Amino acid sequence: MDAQLVAMQLLSGVSLGAVLIMTALGFTIIFGMLRVVNFAHGALFMIGAYAGLFIAERTGSFWWALLLAPIGVGVLGLVIERLLIRPLYGRSPDDPILLTFGLGYVLVEGVRMLFGSDGVPFSTPPALVGVVNLGIGFFPLYRLFVIGVVVFILVLLWLALEKTKFGLVVRAGARDPQIMQVLGVDIRRLWLIIFGIGIGLTALGGLLAAPMRSVSPEMGTIVLAEAFVVTVVGGMGSLIGAVAAGLLVGIVVSMTSLFAPEMATIAMFALMALVLLIRPQGLFGRAGQGA
Amino acid sequence: MTERKTTRYTLSRRHMTAALGAAAGLGVIGMPWVARAQAETIRIGFPTPLTGPFGAEAKDQVKSAELAVKQFNDAGELNGRKAELFVRDDKLNAGEAATRTLELIEKDKVHAVVGALSAAIQLAVNEVTRARGVLYISISQSDSINEVKDSSRFTFHEALNPHMTTAAVVKQTFKKGMKIAYLVADYAYGHEMLRGCKRAQTAIGAESVVEILHPFGAPDYSTFFPRINAAKPDILCICNFGRDQANSIKQAVEFGMKQQMKFVVPVLLHNQRLAVGPDAFEGVIGGANYYWGLEDTIPSAKAFNDAFRAANNGAAPTDYGAYGYTAVRSLLQAMTIAGGTETDKVITALENLKYDIAKGPQSYRKCDHQSIQSVLVLESKKKSDMKNDVDFFRVVASDVGSEALLRTCSELGFPA
Repeated sequence: MDAQLVAMQLLSGVSLGAVLIMTALGFTIIFGMLRVVNFAHGALFMIGAYAGLFIAERTGSFWWALLLAPIGVGVLGLVIERLLIRPLYGRSPDDPILLTFGLGYVLVEGVRMLFGSDGVPFSTPPALVGVVNLGIGFFPLYRLFVIGVVVFILVLLWLALEKTKFGLVVRAGARDPQIMQVLGVDIRRLWLIIFGIGIGLTALGGLLAAPMRSVSPEMGTIVLAEAFVVTVVGGMGSLIGAVAAGLLVGIVVSMTSLFAPEMATIAMFALMALVLLIRPQGLFGRAGQGA
Repeated sequence: MTERKTTRYTLSRRHMTAALGAAAGLGVIGMPWVARAQAETIRIGFPTPLTGPFGAEAKDQVKSAELAVKQFNDAGELNGRKAELFVRDDKLNAGEAATRTLELIEKDKVHAVVGALSAAIQLAVNEVTRARGVLYISISQSDSINEVKDSSRFTFHEALNPHMTTAAVVKQTFKKGMKIAYLVADYAYGHEMLRGCKRAQTAIGAESVVEILHPFGAPDYSTFFPRINAAKPDILCICNFGRDQANSIKQAVEFGMKQQMKFVVPVLLHNQRLAVGPDAFEGVIGGANYYWGLEDTIPSAKAFNDAFRAANNGAAPTDYGAYGYTAVRSLLQAMTIAGGTETDKVITALENLKYDIAKGPQSYRKCDHQSIQSVLVLESKKKSDMKNDVDFFRVVASDVGSEALLRTCSELGFPA
């Protein structure tokens, strides 16, 4: 019985970790490549959920929403990069922070004006309703689906980064943008695309979270903090770090819930503090990065 | 001469100030007819958490309070004095609430304060108002505000308190020998609701098998569920508020727990049911101060609903919204009886007031200024049973307001 409880708790942690990875992915990619700390991350996460809702209501299908919402919000990301972020490259790193911080407020208020501040229902897609008996206990089908999607996205990202020419340019660009420009690579176009992909992933995170969390204009507030923790623990800008950190944070939160549930949220931040003390660059960050 | 020259600037400035002061003084003393002609507005401060996880409930409080003010002004004011609501966002933060309240008192010179939407934050507001001798009507649940250490002559509590709410809900749901699991928000509201439930549970003969305190505002509850499931309870009693209620119920349903146990919440929220949808909430039982469906049996509820719908594009008023309405209207009624805004007279008028504004008869008890009122127990309806968009709940029980629902004055520490 006890072993079963611990196993169940561990599984909850892994599943929570998958959700956390998904919420942090867009944030960590944009920081890793562009060195832009996107404070509008939580707001765009929320926009993803609302965009998904908008599409699902019109098409009657969660699957269309899953496909189109991230693309739509990703395009919004392109516009944001082109019009708002790009003029700030080369200026103090505080400038994009302030800009995205303000942008977050604008987006949240915009959604409040369009959809109201009450929050809206978002049901689990009918095909994914229900629980599965895993032998150690029952687990929601939808959460298993989310784990699957996260694994799929991660494999896709890994293949794109490691096995394609585009990925090679991206990795090189992240390491030394100046040399890349000297070599004749249009680094601005690259950054534009990366920003769009990052925002698209952020929106996907919001959409995937919608059937599990209530959809409201403020749903992104806590997400920004979670993304920060995962990114800092994993190492600023490291993809593998984000994955490891997401899982680690999920499991730490879950195990804390078992013994001292009221400490569950604090545990996440305590872990971050610990990592910063022992390994300031994060678990997988390169020293000297992320300052 | 020279000396005079050097000091001329200071002298003239001092003269200016003195002259200004004299002019201002004369304005008041010398021209009383001006002051009387433009009768002073009745100013009511209204701190509430417009931003944050209780935003939906807070906005309804504001809408309802504004309705009460509008009705008062339309009905002919008080000796030509209009009422005005000063809404401030306390951001669900005790420090912010105290600062805003202090500003309302010092800068806006409000005659009374109504508001706050958290057990903890109303105590912060109350600290400020009672220290300044300003009347305060609290409109969110708290037991502690009734107790002698937090109570004061200036403090009134229009909302239900956890003691009376949990007693009514537990009576309808818990049975002898049942096993109860608690999922509780780790702050004053959750603690007080848990205490109330356990007190009522002991009287009935049910036992608690697991009590989990969760951090306030937690977005994910899945990690708390394995322990609850392992305890195999008959009832899961979820003592949290606002979005926390929405998220925890939504996720517990997702984990298939509703098939294993009955979900009970001390306070069943209209707005969260609206935000989450009928399926997740189906069958959930909880308490409430108000439900628009009371209009079938209570005339004042019908009048309130109609006025609210007319002012808000047909939207139905909500539970926490109704608090804003009953508190502000009862306050303005008391001011009318008192013939003005003088705090002592208004306090006496409130203490003696018998009011039926939205939910049947209410009155404030002398010792702790707790509003004696009915407690509703509601059950969330199945989607197919809903007759319209907001036909959310079935009224399971309605305990008539009586002092018997409250803790006795001596238990609260008041001298007999």
